[in-house]
Amino acid sequence: MTQPPTPWHQKIVGGFRRTSDKLGENLTGLFTKATLDRETLDGIEEALIASDLGPATAARIRNRLADERYEKGIDEQGVRAVMANEIARILAPVAKPLEIEAFPRPQVILVIGVNGSGKTTTIAKLAHLLQEQDYSVMLVAGDTFRAAAIGQLKVWAERIGVPIISGKEGGDAAGLVYEGVKQGTATGIDVLIVDTAGRLQNKAGLMDELSKIRRVLGRLNPAAPHDVVLVLDATTGQNGLNQIEVFRETAGVTGLVMTKLDGTARGGLLVAAAEKFGLPVHAIGIGEGVDDLRPFDAEEVARAIAGVSE
Amino acid sequence: MFESLSDRLGGVFDRLRGRGALNEADVRAALREVRIALLEADVALPVVRQFVDGVTEKAVGQSVLKSITPGQQVVKIVNDALTEMLGSDAADLDLDVTPPAVVMMVGLQGSGKTTTTAKIAKRLTEKGRKKVLMASLDVNRPAAQEQLATLGTQVSVATLPIVAGQTPVDIARRALQAAKLQGFDVLMLDTAGRLHVDQALMEEMRAVAEISTPHEILLVVDALTGQDAVNVATNFSQQVALTGVVLTRMDGDARGGAALSMRAVTGKPIKFVGTGEKLDGLELFQPSRVAGRILGMGDVVSLVERAAETIQVEEAEALAAKMAKGQFDMNDLRAQFNQMKRMGGLGALAGMLPGVKQVKQAMANGAGDDKMLVRLDAIIGSMTPKERSKPELLNAKRKIRIAKGSGTTVQEVNKLLKMHQEMANAMKKIRKMGGLKGLGAMMGKGGGLGGMLGGLTGGMGGGAGGMPQLPPGGMGGLPGLPGKGPGGLPAGFDKFLKK
Repeated sequence: MTQPPTPWHQKIVGGFRRTSDKLGENLTGLFTKATLDRETLDGIEEALIASDLGPATAARIRNRLADERYEKGIDEQGVRAVMANEIARILAPVAKPLEIEAFPRPQVILVIGVNGSGKTTTIAKLAHLLQEQDYSVMLVAGDTFRAAAIGQLKVWAERIGVPIISGKEGGDAAGLVYEGVKQGTATGIDVLIVDTAGRLQNKAGLMDELSKIRRVLGRLNPAAPHDVVLVLDATTGQNGLNQIEVFRETAGVTGLVMTKLDGTARGGLLVAAAEKFGLPVHAIGIGEGVDDLRPFDAEEVARAIAGVSE
Repeated sequence: MFESLSDRLGGVFDRLRGRGALNEADVRAALREVRIALLEADVALPVVRQFVDGVTEKAVGQSVLKSITPGQQVVKIVNDALTEMLGSDAADLDLDVTPPAVVMMVGLQGSGKTTTTAKIAKRLTEKGRKKVLMASLDVNRPAAQEQLATLGTQVSVATLPIVAGQTPVDIARRALQAAKLQGFDVLMLDTAGRLHVDQALMEEMRAVAEISTPHEILLVVDALTGQDAVNVATNFSQQVALTGVVLTRMDGDARGGAALSMRAVTGKPIKFVGTGEKLDGLELFQPSRVAGRILGMGDVVSLVERAAETIQVEEAEALAAKMAKGQFDMNDLRAQFNQMKRMGGLGALAGMLPGVKQVKQAMANGAGDDKMLVRLDAIIGSMTPKERSKPELLNAKRKIRIAKGSGTTVQEVNKLLKMHQEMANAMKKIRKMGGLKGLGAMMGKGGGLGGMLGGLTGGMGGGAGGMPQLPPGGMGGLPGLPGKGPGGLPAGFDKFLKK
């Protein structure tokens, strides 16, 4: 942890604080006992489940904790540390920020997800983040399905001052993407971020559209899309694993962004997802403001979930 | 990706066969599995605990019905308890007040409020013959008001003209006045999505509720929601007097455990479920269906209903007559395909059935989608009438002709023939086994749709293995088989209905 405690740092901790408080309440009661009996372990497991880690992952961490305690005769903070370590161990390999290194430019980032997961807002934040890193960014309003989705992205583009390619509602998303890559290449843009319509992962027709977009992109630049980012809502439960699985198969997801971590949702799904799929987690969304997208820090998230005091 | 509850319980109860009553140890073992099933379905932990405790009490000491296994008995108890907890009746909106009746929609960001608002408005306009006005109070998300206006045009429902710069409370006031002056029956207020921990926005929501005195305040919740459902429900119901819940995205493949959490925490009925992006994708909530889904047991009721609607009696009877003679030709096969198509294609069918994980996967991997039905139909369409009634005529030359005519390959023609052969054999066996009663047993062994698809796509083969979780007489008997079941349903379906 070399990160300086800047305001955003506080914010993440704040976002997770409710999580850890909750866990803390549960755990304080648990660890006053001298040994961890079965009931106590059950309690830990349930606390993890309540953070959306899912029954399987929770059971694994529980087992691990059951082993640790015999060696150490551990106190509450110690157990929390072990929990945090265990969670961090799972999360650490997947914490990878989005790197802009495509050559030739532009690097094409396709943003996908189920309806309402926060794609459009995340794109605006991502564009802003990349702009701050001195990359030139262009957006493509590929959600031609939802009413006023194009308008929403246009407003964002204006606010953060990036060019945007848009067509009319009900138009062909793939054609728009084609246009975007052409213009992006011509004007020497670094990053092209493509919005797509939200789709549930069990809708074959809509998933086909994604493959079409991919095909069209591939025609202009065989390496595109360089990144396919799946946006996951932190409030999503175990179905999130289904989402990742299906989108990975059909759309070739290369990384995840989790949104809405500023609520009470714990986003424990990421732990289960890291275990199961090992896909990189690029960033987390912690608010509606344009600055509220931050890199994913495994250790911090893990410690916050486990309730390790700073 | 999840095992169904019956799968899980199967293992627990294998050693218990033949016992008379459920003792406490049995029940506890079973309910551990129930607990995991509920957690995997995203039912919130406190609700799971409460539910499992209640069911344990109910189940201990119950005698096991003779005809079923202890596992099935527990499933039944759990299913009944779940249905009861979800609410025994479908509840519609209560708008019998002096107009305008105000309906306020609240929820988190991205839960689907705006789309749901338009869906309900459409439903009230078309089914309820109400004059509806919609107003968006969402001044936060860019273009949110335009979104509702666009949707309003699509469903031909009036929306309040947008005035830039107004606060939500102002808009609500203006909407109320417009609704009164212009004689609208219903005013729908679509509020901004808000996090339940955002004090300012929650305060604003309360203010809107105060001045508009809504008759219905509906909390819109995403069916994909996980453990956080409890927090959301608690906080929203503390702030405003919710009258009901709408569960969106039930057309996804989430198990929808949030339904149970919502119901348990708010104590309010779930009024509607959203089932698609199209604006008519809104249905009244059916507790029994959702119960089955949460437990991973498929939507058997819906399937039966759909089957009853689409299976045409005459076709079924004609087929029955042929089968009685032990004949089954290409025309019959085609009739079956058509019935499957009418039922919404293989995808819809498979989605409703329990335990068809393998089939679904196979369909996703291979050619087993709805287009397959169309291709098969084309192959049969390219045969001469003579060939259809006597498939054994087909030699290599004829097959090449048929493949060309239908735009397929000889291999595909062969697959179809193999499938027909299997079905025909099955029909013969049924006759030998004494009619339709034997059908179930046989189909359960690996015939049926699973086997059929297996023959078709090749790659599916044993994987599909005939719908392991189906009660006898399941899918295999479904398309077009005649029977004495209610509404011209195939035999074996009456077993479904009793469940």
